Amino acid sequence: MLRLLNIELIKLKTSRVSRVLIFGYFFLLTCIALIAAIKFDIGPIKFHLAEQGIFNFPFIWHFNTFVAAWLKLFLAIIIVSMVANEYSNKTLKQNLIDGLSKKEFILSKFLTVILFSVVSVLFVFVVSLILGLIYSDYNEIGIIFSDMQYLVGYFVKLVGFFSFCLFLGILIKRSAFALGFLILWQTFEGISTGILYWKAEAIAPYVTRFFPLNSMANLIKEPGTRLGAVKSAANQLGEEFTKNYDVQFWDVLIVMGWTAIFIYGSYALLKKRDL
Amino acid sequence: MHPILTINNLTKKFGPITAVNNLSFTIEKGNVYGILGPNGSGKSTTLGIVLNVVNKTSGNFHWFDGSDTTHHALRKVGAIIERPNFYPYMTAEQNLKLVCKIKEVPEDKILEKLELVGLLDRKDSKFQTFSLGMKQRLAIASALLNDPEILILDEPTNGLDPQGIHQIREIIKKIASQGTTILLASHLLDEVEKVCSHVVILRKGVSLYTGSVDGMNASHGFLLLESPNREALHSALKEMKSFGTIKEEGNLFIAYLNESLDASAVNKQLFEKGIVLSRLEKKKESLEEQFLELTKNN
Repeated sequence: MLRLLNIELIKLKTSRVSRVLIFGYFFLLTCIALIAAIKFDIGPIKFHLAEQGIFNFPFIWHFNTFVAAWLKLFLAIIIVSMVANEYSNKTLKQNLIDGLSKKEFILSKFLTVILFSVVSVLFVFVVSLILGLIYSDYNEIGIIFSDMQYLVGYFVKLVGFFSFCLFLGILIKRSAFALGFLILWQTFEGISTGILYWKAEAIAPYVTRFFPLNSMANLIKEPGTRLGAVKSAANQLGEEFTKNYDVQFWDVLIVMGWTAIFIYGSYALLKKRDL
Repeated sequence: MHPILTINNLTKKFGPITAVNNLSFTIEKGNVYGILGPNGSGKSTTLGIVLNVVNKTSGNFHWFDGSDTTHHALRKVGAIIERPNFYPYMTAEQNLKLVCKIKEVPEDKILEKLELVGLLDRKDSKFQTFSLGMKQRLAIASALLNDPEILILDEPTNGLDPQGIHQIREIIKKIASQGTTILLASHLLDEVEKVCSHVVILRKGVSLYTGSVDGMNASHGFLLLESPNREALHSALKEMKSFGTIKEEGNLFIAYLNESLDASAVNKQLFEKGIVLSRLEKKKESLEEQFLELTKNN
């Protein structure tokens, strides 16, 4: 296991482009803390975002994992290119000739995906903990460490998304086309969802829940409407949100299912192909 | 006899095309093998199959005694297929370190092997800055990192300039002299003739001949004869039972031997008949002539 991870890390470490992108990604992840600095002070309107309750435990776990998840696109570029480049440099062929099996090759990529996800979770955890300790109104241990489900959801979401990128890299063999396909797929899911809700509204929520990108998005629902200020504003307008913001067990299962399909699919593709 | 690679009835089809057809041969330890064949005869496909990068359609093969999986066995094999493939952004040394990790061998041989192929002073240069000849030499160094039981080279001198070709050949000879089994695929016959003791000849995916280079020489060679007295020489040659076909090329007669016969014995017989020769030469068909003969008739 460690050997396979090591092999992949050598490949990433020595490439300047991946070094810059990985560093950039974790730098941006840390920059979530900068949201705390958003402050408007225009005459009578005083607005300090950090004091609106977004950094309150346990809400901060929900808010930060939701925001951090957007940055995953950065790592998606790395994942796609670390697979597609093996094709374009023909180093995949050389790796196999040197005695790596196809299974080990996929495993080394998948372990890297897991590693990236674990480190991202740790980063978000540490950054959120520090921010929370500074700005949160509640500081009891029990409250700080409640709602850890969002970190689990974040982890499953990253692993699922990166596995999808890995699969696209193997399937399409060109980084640019694979990323293009990712955008195309997102559009396709969007259009299908629209059509389903228009033509067959009764089954639409059940079907769209199984779309890969949609199921990943479902893991951590938007936290905006949960914010105290927004809630009270809505209440005044007579609107009431009755949304369940929890990470749903079924969504976790669906995304894990997709992860398994993507990783096995990558292996099956590689096994079938002549290089 | 230690078999290194055994291939039985191997077949590979790409759609309607049969690239390798029912191929069988065995590679024994210690010999230098050449796989000969025109372009598209299935050499690279065969090597691709035994190296785990091309899927076979039917048949089977196994490395060594067959007790290990292919990818495990490949760690005891050094192979270069067509173009050298490395990570362009890594230095020569970093690339070799990665290969060591894959093959699970210690990294202490890297400098020694770079020295062997004459790249020690360029070990910290990125692969993308190398010339084709240097890339090919780095590939050889990489294939030797594990002191392999067999070294497989597929067209190692393809696309190189004369100096490059010469360097690669010298390296191959050096490795062969150390007792490493070598399998060399090439369509350059003089290359194979210079280094190989055994050959496998392929044409359209079918094996035409497998065995030693000497054994391929089924004929006893031929004589080139010339005499001022053409007519007498011609009739004398026809009378002699040792000769099969006799061809004329201008004043020159080419007489193919049916049995082993010394040039001096021929000279003696002809002189006794009063024929004086102005030229007498005994030759054996070159590998190229035999190869063309073999691939033409089938």
